[in-house]
Amino acid sequence: MSGIPHDHYEPKSNAEKWLHSRLPVVGLLYDTLMIPTPKNLNWMWIWGIVLAFCLAMQIATGVILVMHYTPHVDLAFASIEHIMRNVNGGWAIRYIHMNGASLFFIAVYLHIFRGLYYGSYKAPREITWIIGMLIYLLMMGTAFMGYVLPWGQMSFWGATVITGLFGAIPFIGEAIQTWLLGGPAVDNATLNRFLSLHFLLPFVIAGLVIVHIWAFHTTGNNNPTGVEVRRSSKKDAEADTLPFWPYFVIKDFFALAVVLVGFFAVVGFMPNYLGHPDNYIEANALATPAHIVPEWYFLPFYAILRAFTGDVWVVMFASWITGGIVDAKFFGVIAMFGAIAVMALAPWLDTSSVRSGRYRPQFKWWFWLLAFDFMVLMWAGARPAEPPYSTISLIGATYWFAYFLVILPLLGIFEKPHAQPETIEADFKEHYGKSGSEGEAASTPAE
Amino acid sequence: MFRKLALTALAAVALSGAPALAAGDGGHVENYRFSFDGPFGTYDQNQLQRGLQVYTEVCSACHGLRYVPIRSLSDEDGPGIPEDQVRAYIEQNFIEVWDDDLRDYRPAIPGDNFPEVTSAGAPDLSLMAKARLGFHGPAGLALNNLVFGIGGPEYIASLLHGYNGHDEEMAGTLLYGNDTFPGGLISMAPPLFDGQVEFNDGSPNDVEHMAQDVAAFLMWAAEPEMMARKRLGFTAVILLGILSVLLYLTNKRLWAPVKRAAKEQ
Repeated sequence: MSGIPHDHYEPKSNAEKWLHSRLPVVGLLYDTLMIPTPKNLNWMWIWGIVLAFCLAMQIATGVILVMHYTPHVDLAFASIEHIMRNVNGGWAIRYIHMNGASLFFIAVYLHIFRGLYYGSYKAPREITWIIGMLIYLLMMGTAFMGYVLPWGQMSFWGATVITGLFGAIPFIGEAIQTWLLGGPAVDNATLNRFLSLHFLLPFVIAGLVIVHIWAFHTTGNNNPTGVEVRRSSKKDAEADTLPFWPYFVIKDFFALAVVLVGFFAVVGFMPNYLGHPDNYIEANALATPAHIVPEWYFLPFYAILRAFTGDVWVVMFASWITGGIVDAKFFGVIAMFGAIAVMALAPWLDTSSVRSGRYRPQFKWWFWLLAFDFMVLMWAGARPAEPPYSTISLIGATYWFAYFLVILPLLGIFEKPHAQPETIEADFKEHYGKSGSEGEAASTPAE
Repeated sequence: MFRKLALTALAAVALSGAPALAAGDGGHVENYRFSFDGPFGTYDQNQLQRGLQVYTEVCSACHGLRYVPIRSLSDEDGPGIPEDQVRAYIEQNFIEVWDDDLRDYRPAIPGDNFPEVTSAGAPDLSLMAKARLGFHGPAGLALNNLVFGIGGPEYIASLLHGYNGHDEEMAGTLLYGNDTFPGGLISMAPPLFDGQVEFNDGSPNDVEHMAQDVAAFLMWAAEPEMMARKRLGFTAVILLGILSVLLYLTNKRLWAPVKRAAKEQ
């Protein structure tokens, strides 16, 4: 499967040969597990395994939860309490599922920002990046619909606000909104279809995950230097890489175990910290909560949505030039989805020939400013839409777009990158050979 | 002392970020100490039983507990009332539930949930302790929740103790001044007065103590599995911690030859 030269599966016994000539499934597993992996991968390369684990955990716990859940507006909220109080271990499964969504998003954001820093999106890995962005979009859709299912106040009002965004599309918006909801407002039809889709989409994600892995197994992993594995000979390739099993499986499992210590501390000691108290109040169409706030992982994009109000000149200009078709609400919706679209276009917006941010002295600063910007937007998204938060959101949103649309294209032209190592092997030796003392090497394995 | 200082500092930060919460507008939540605070905290069975008594004699006139099964009063991790006493409790308090088959009310059995009470239009209390955020700061980040908890029971206790007498009549309804309730005016009349409930164990029965007892009881009602959850947390953290150490050592040993080779070349 990989373009990197390496040993392939050779069936030995007659039984293996018999199977291999009919269905090369063992060979597929062997080649997938033994994929040559750059030996200098650092600890930011562990989030993939955490994400795969999260998907499996969410599906496993979700399948059990749905056995006890009732998708009906009059019964859904009570059925959650039934799970919490009457189902054996139901509270544990629900809290794991609830907080599992948060772990999933923490991991996906670190995974995405890893890719942004080390240039993992650049040629030849554009397809991996695009598939990853699709997975991320589906994750957001799945998480959003899952949050509606407990039928609490935030479920209901979050669903009302977010589906209302589609209503902002000119001319056809209202029809789309009605079609999505199955009626004029969030009601029983909405709840039922959200459960159906919340159950379906994770399996679509699982399929895309396979394509994601297939794609980067074809191009090979990126690595902290951004220098490609040598493919000139098997010997050269072996000097740059190690097989995924056992070296990276064990390393990733270690990281996963550490992450899970934190995860179970949250599940055990503060399972409701990341949730919203209003969701323990049953949905009530007649009582709007004081502040409607989405889950934390949507906040940066929620802040971008709200940043573009009618008094921002870009919005006024867009409104004027389109004859009022693009109003502030629709502009906000475009901005929110655009914020993800520009990220997906990063492979073509980044003009630098150097892949890894490690060798790009100016890029580093802009990148860390983007990471900081993301956190600021997350905070601003949770605050009321009033000064000074609206101004902060606008500055944050502007920087987000500027980073992808202006800074990435220009940096490639003006920046003088540092020298990169010749090979991955040289980088690895640099780290563990000459400079690294015994104690230092022991304290940071495989970095 | 440090706790007080830290709290004051946090409150100052929170207030500077939200000038709407000036004195008289509610929002004050006293950080009461509860036996179940922190990862090691457990419910105090005597306090839960006192809280049940306050709920039964006072709150239950207007508020239901529709999601709480009566049988869970026997939980070892909860009030721990023996089953025969739970039956006696049902009988003494004439607890009745609606039966769909009989199309009538019938005496409750332990398998039933507490009845729903809608007569006064008061909210159900089953999940109240999880449905209120006591602490928000600093600057809306709710980072203080990591130290103080989410603050649901503290909110309830503060609210019950927070009546300040600045009542106002609005559109023909008397609203009661309260330091905790958002907006500073609440339609619930002060429900507790000193010495209202007589505890068998002679525990103090002033408003502040009763408020804390019933808040603890409502925390249990909202989160009856809390102690099992904390045990799960400890077991998982310890086992995964051991697994982490083992995997760390395995990983180190696995990579040692690779790193040695890199060093020697």
